[in-house]
Amino acid sequence: MIPRAELAAFRFGDGLPTPAEAGDPDAIMAALAAPDRMATLYPAPDLATASAFRARVAEAGAAYRADRSEAKKADFAAVVREGRIAALRSAAAAMARTLDTPLPFRERLVRFWADHFSVRSKSRQQMLFPSALVEDAIRPHLDGRFADLLRAVTLHPAMLEYLDQASSVGPGSVVGQRRKRGINENLARELMELHTLGVGAHYSQSDVTELAELLTGVTVSPDSAQVFRANMAEPGAETVLGQRYDGEGMAPILRALDDLAARPETALHLARKMAVHFVSDTPDQGLVDAMAAAFRASEGDLSAVYRAMLDHPAAWAPTLQKVRRPVDFVTAALRGMGVTGAAITGMPDAAFRRMILAPMASMGQPYQAPPGPNGWPEAAEAWITPQLLAARVNWAMTVPSALLDALPEPGALAARVLGAADDGSVAWAAVRAETRAEGVGLIFASPAFNRR
Amino acid sequence: MDRRIFLRGLAGLGCTAAAHPWLTTITMAEAAADGGSPLGEARLVVIILRGAMDGLDVVRPVADPLFAQLRPTLGAGDPALHLGDRFGLHPALAGLLPLWSKGELGFAHAVSTPYRDKRSHFDGQDILEAGTGADVPSSAHRDGWMNRMLQAVPGLRAETAFAVGRDALPLLAGAARTMSWTPDARLPLTAQSQLLLERIWHEDPLFRDSGGEAITLAAEAADAPDVATDGDGEMSMPATPQPKIKGFAQIDGLVDFAASRLRGATRIVAFSQTGWDTHRNQAGAIGAPLGQLQRTVLRLKGSLGADVWGKTILLAMTEFGRTAAENGTKGTDHGTAGVMLMAGGALKGGRVMGRWPGLAEADLYDRRDLMPTSDVRGWAAWAMRSLYGFDRGVLERAVFPGLDMGEDPRLLL
Repeated sequence: MIPRAELAAFRFGDGLPTPAEAGDPDAIMAALAAPDRMATLYPAPDLATASAFRARVAEAGAAYRADRSEAKKADFAAVVREGRIAALRSAAAAMARTLDTPLPFRERLVRFWADHFSVRSKSRQQMLFPSALVEDAIRPHLDGRFADLLRAVTLHPAMLEYLDQASSVGPGSVVGQRRKRGINENLARELMELHTLGVGAHYSQSDVTELAELLTGVTVSPDSAQVFRANMAEPGAETVLGQRYDGEGMAPILRALDDLAARPETALHLARKMAVHFVSDTPDQGLVDAMAAAFRASEGDLSAVYRAMLDHPAAWAPTLQKVRRPVDFVTAALRGMGVTGAAITGMPDAAFRRMILAPMASMGQPYQAPPGPNGWPEAAEAWITPQLLAARVNWAMTVPSALLDALPEPGALAARVLGAADDGSVAWAAVRAETRAEGVGLIFASPAFNRR
Repeated sequence: MDRRIFLRGLAGLGCTAAAHPWLTTITMAEAAADGGSPLGEARLVVIILRGAMDGLDVVRPVADPLFAQLRPTLGAGDPALHLGDRFGLHPALAGLLPLWSKGELGFAHAVSTPYRDKRSHFDGQDILEAGTGADVPSSAHRDGWMNRMLQAVPGLRAETAFAVGRDALPLLAGAARTMSWTPDARLPLTAQSQLLLERIWHEDPLFRDSGGEAITLAAEAADAPDVATDGDGEMSMPATPQPKIKGFAQIDGLVDFAASRLRGATRIVAFSQTGWDTHRNQAGAIGAPLGQLQRTVLRLKGSLGADVWGKTILLAMTEFGRTAAENGTKGTDHGTAGVMLMAGGALKGGRVMGRWPGLAEADLYDRRDLMPTSDVRGWAAWAMRSLYGFDRGVLERAVFPGLDMGEDPRLLL
């Protein structure tokens, strides 16, 4: 039987070791409600930084196009390289934040919502946009109302650019008429299908089209701010899911977002997705229903939904059914070996890329590059394929010894990172390895470590 | 033993054949004793094009005057390359024209899965790979159609079918054992570590199976990087090594690996390719995935060598097509019918198959998308029937439940 605190560390945290109060929902929720110290301690690019960077890339690019000299080409390459490093450092910051947190439910939620609202950078200019979405829109709204989170994310330039809203134009608008432009329904569709209602809900192509027309006017300014441009907005009212949205400017758009956030289908979709992510690929229906009910009763208060999950017995089922995604796998291994946030952010960039980012890509999860707006797969089978498991084993066998001055004793490490999840067989094998590095590798390659 | 008769015998058992391996191991041993795979010598390669490839841009209905009206900017640039009187090929696929002339390239136009109306990539891909009708909710999808085809032939070895690459491939998921690997994976282990790992993994079937396969495949790759190490059946000579081109290293690696397997005991390979979701500035955006698709076909032909290429059919299919008209941002949005690309030395190509529905507003699906006139599963089913002799009953009931295959398009030479 795995003690409650360990179970919580696997399921709602980033693994062992963990403080004893980790098994107490009050403690988990209190840690979430406390000020977000880690965001200050390990800063990552926000929209201001990402916009400034965008401007610099644009400027350096224009300068190079203007005179095509080797010097300008080198300047441009230097700016782009700087962006790559800043993106890399945001990955290190994200890991540092969780490594230094005793009850990292907040960091797990950040990853959950960043995945729910997946974006990718579409150009070198937008390289820091995915980080900015997390910093500005997701982190500040983790435990508030879903409607606020949805507004912040949907209207963030990272999302507007990724799902093409920035260039969608009402065909009947001034710009649409003059330049023969029209709508792009990408954001409208994913808003309903992925972000709120879920694909199983009853909505039609006409709802998608109408929502896309309603969203016209919402775009991104040259200095990377979300703006509303009336001359791009489709004139007239739109009807989405039977609801009529009339009026000028942002007001009807915000109302539509709030209405989507409040739909019962949204409650069920989010409850199920969260239960699948945290608890089981095939979650208990009672757990899902309880979370959806909490969502509805609280009018979309996310804290109430988390609380309903943590209070439900099915969330504490003893079998570890999920598989840690690569980012969780690497993070939990680092935590288990006692690597601190300062040590991770202090790593030279090349070493971080070689030992952390490149292996994560080989394990199937390249940083900030999800396969699509639907994010990363959940199913254990998607991650433990021969080729992806081989990458986990390679990391486990080689990286810890390259990363640490001295490797821990395998028997002690097994107890420290697996706790009661090891029935003794992993520790038995780990101490029989020929080298300490292989002993450590066996532990991190074990099902007991990879499941949560 | 005549393989077609043998398989027809299996199919005579009806749709339950997939669920129950009726044939005894002795029968299978006989089938395998004639020197190769119970599936015979034919090779099938399936590429899932994720993101919804725009069929109307790839195979353009240039003879239809409405086409230019619907797409004032797309297709206004380079003239499309001639594919008969009615259609033109996207210029980014110009490298495939020699195959077209030789009959090694063909298309089926206006095809779709049974999926309608929601136009979700993810549901669309689920249905494409599950091979079910629209009546089966995606939550009920348990296996992929290619796996069910394998289930219908008991006694196949796991290496008969290979999923290549790092992306998940539900097409091959299911009860029949298959293999999956990516050529850039390595797994150097000492003998002791390997033993201990196998022990640690033993109680968890997912880790035991994946890990065991990883150990085997990595060892094979380390021993013989470019030659399939198949024990039974004749092995074709490796083709002349292909020169590498910058920008295609990953594709070349995948394709060369697939080809090395197909020259050995493997009969079926599947992988996926992304980048087709061209909502904006499609003229530029579609160039990269088309270039990769073209490279894949040409590289496969070269790496397989003439003999195996002559026994191969490649099918490239996507979850749905895109809107008939271009959208307001010089791209296209999610649609319904699209194009399936077929290639291979075994193909009777040089044709754009399928019934053309027209582009008039009343001829469009939902007044916006190309109207589907055939089921993409039907083409795959005919390919499997032609290559391996499956009975229609197995294909229409077990592999693609509820499919009506319709008339034989005579895909093979």
